[in-house]
Amino acid sequence: MVNQDNDNDPRLVAFENKVAADQRIEPKDWIPDAFRKTVLRQMSQHAHSEVIGMQPEGNWITRAPTLRRKLILLAKIQDEGGHGLYLYSAAETLGTSREEMVKALHEGKAKYASIFNYPALTWADMGAIGWLVDGAAIVNQVSLQRTSYGPYARAMVRICKEESFHQRQGYESIMALAQGSKEQKEMAQDALDRWWWPSLMMFGPHDSDSAHSGRSMHWKLKRESNDVLRQRFVDQTVPQAKFLGLEIPDPDLRWNEGSGRHDFGEIDWDEFQRVIHGDGPCNRQRLSHHVQAHEDGRWVRDAMRAYESKRQARQVA
Amino acid sequence: MKQQELPLFEVFLRSQRGLDHRHVGSLHAEDPEQALEYARDVYLRRSEGVSIWVVRSGDITASQESDVASFYDPMDDKPYRHATHYKLPKEVDNM
Repeated sequence: MVNQDNDNDPRLVAFENKVAADQRIEPKDWIPDAFRKTVLRQMSQHAHSEVIGMQPEGNWITRAPTLRRKLILLAKIQDEGGHGLYLYSAAETLGTSREEMVKALHEGKAKYASIFNYPALTWADMGAIGWLVDGAAIVNQVSLQRTSYGPYARAMVRICKEESFHQRQGYESIMALAQGSKEQKEMAQDALDRWWWPSLMMFGPHDSDSAHSGRSMHWKLKRESNDVLRQRFVDQTVPQAKFLGLEIPDPDLRWNEGSGRHDFGEIDWDEFQRVIHGDGPCNRQRLSHHVQAHEDGRWVRDAMRAYESKRQARQVA
Repeated sequence: MKQQELPLFEVFLRSQRGLDHRHVGSLHAEDPEQALEYARDVYLRRSEGVSIWVVRSGDITASQESDVASFYDPMDDKPYRHATHYKLPKEVDNM
């Protein structure tokens, strides 16, 4: 392990021992710089994903087909905003302010899940996102409930409790289409066709190509590898698609009797790299929308601060 | 001379790494440092925790259940926020 930290530092030894003994690392503990950077990168990326993830769904609030679907969608998006807040607060225990994290996002230095750079083109996408995108997120987040950084693990426990509603409403919604008219079923199939591969990409590169995996696994920030989690998602999702009578867009997908798992085709890693590096269908739109929302909210933050300083001045007087 | 009462502190314990701090009680102390030592003596004599938080009781802003109905009411009429609201066929109900 190469880092700026001195390997003989007794604090580092104590830290490594805690991790090895499956103890959680807590905010007041001494931690090596490299650990701080890694956990901050992961948590800030996760927090940004929750917040940016509100955009594709926000796009459909005013066009939800029924009042019930509209209320559900609003409640779900409100949850995503809340999840962002849990994660930002947990990340702030590392001594980095929320303002710095948002600035890093706006400057393109911090990333968010690349799936949110795909557009939500039809109403069926709301079902597909809940079913597939939240479904994939849950697989990852259930595993992260045991991550070694205490505040992160506790935020995950809270988030997982709420995510189940997200996936179930998505499945219920796409089921209504899959069991509906011919056009509705086609719309559901089209959504699955477009969201399937990006959902598999959510788990990141193959273990053999993952830049940060080794260190994150060593520190138990990640508890299971990208490929293990992706396989779990495929295995649980295939029967769900079958039940809907929809076809997963992968000619290589088949049950492997020997391994007791599904074999599936290769992800288009060129597309994955393109989207991560800024050239997905909606990267610029997502970021500029976030910048604008942040700027548009400035007067509210300013007004709250001005009110508070006036109130304090009055108390002193 | 009337003896001035020491300020009240609330005490929170983390029983083990990975868990949230939980409120265990309160005590009087001169300052936060002293409150921490008292808390150790009063609430942690049998290894009940690995970390203590103390905070002046006066610094806590608390809501009350009876305060404002509208503060809590909206939660009652949103059953769709719960996973159990969505009835799925048993073949796929394990999500």
